[in-house]
Amino acid sequence: MPGPEIVLITGTRKGIGRHLAEHFVRKGALVEGCSRTAPDWELDNYTHHLADVTSEADVRRMMTSIRHRHNRLDVLVNNTGIASMNHTVLMPLESAARIMNTNFLGTFLMCRESAKLMRQQKWGRIINLGSIAVPMRLAGESVYAASKSAITTFTQILAGELAGWGITCNVVSPAPIETDLIRSVPPEKIQHILDRLPISRLGRYEDVAHVVDFFAHRASDSVTGQVIYLGGA
Amino acid sequence: MQKTEITELILSCLRGNLEAAGPLPAEPLTVETRLLGRSAVLDSLGLVQLLVDVELQLDSAHGIVVTLADERAMSQKHSPFRSVGTLSDYIDTLIQEDPSHARA
Repeated sequence: MPGPEIVLITGTRKGIGRHLAEHFVRKGALVEGCSRTAPDWELDNYTHHLADVTSEADVRRMMTSIRHRHNRLDVLVNNTGIASMNHTVLMPLESAARIMNTNFLGTFLMCRESAKLMRQQKWGRIINLGSIAVPMRLAGESVYAASKSAITTFTQILAGELAGWGITCNVVSPAPIETDLIRSVPPEKIQHILDRLPISRLGRYEDVAHVVDFFAHRASDSVTGQVIYLGGA
Repeated sequence: MQKTEITELILSCLRGNLEAAGPLPAEPLTVETRLLGRSAVLDSLGLVQLLVDVELQLDSAHGIVVTLADERAMSQKHSPFRSVGTLSDYIDTLIQEDPSHARA
């Protein structure tokens, strides 16, 4: 591979995305990240794009910028995600559509455009963020879990479609981590989820980074279409 | 970008893809060369690869950003991807419709 790895991570303004950006920069990668609003931090070897992952124009513009500056992409981590915990009968249609658009269609669009760039070098790693809400079937998270379930199925089929181009596609599904995503969930509900997990503790950023490293590793070229649920879900 | 340049770009990408897969077909590659159907020189995955390569070449060599597999292309009764010539026509239309791709 010529030069440092080029890694693109979505949703890097804060939380897991920011941690992964810092993690890959520490490892010597050139990291590209995006969010709809600007982050309040800067990092050497990190380039931020103001982009909405549900906008085809924004995503194309970001990919064109990466192609012009690096002419390749090695790793894509689709981390952007939103949630709205609600009983299904109280879920506004607009909220449901927003969750599906951001979580699933955003992931789809990023994968589609990244695969085109990765095909040039016949090598790539696509890592999508799922959720333990899928196997745990958490009440109040029907739409969120469905969006993550869509990501899981999509990734598994994508893995077959892109295998011939040397691109692997996998999912890491974290246990609850203290991010904005779960900030509005009552502590007793989080505890109830943790009590059902074999590893009954909150997830850590490092847990996610460890699995992302495994999927992104050059030696993982036969690992594709897989889902790893953290915490033992 | 002139229409003849678009056609040449498609033919160049097609030649590259076919050579990577094996010997070139006996028939010369022209605007009539079929990309879809029973007499196509590519299989379905080959067509996907060709479209991706054409998009990349349009951008890297000419600064033209288009999405070939758009809603309109997919909904047409006669696919614009059926031959080199129809693909060239379709790209020419996309370029003409977008003012940012004004002919040099």
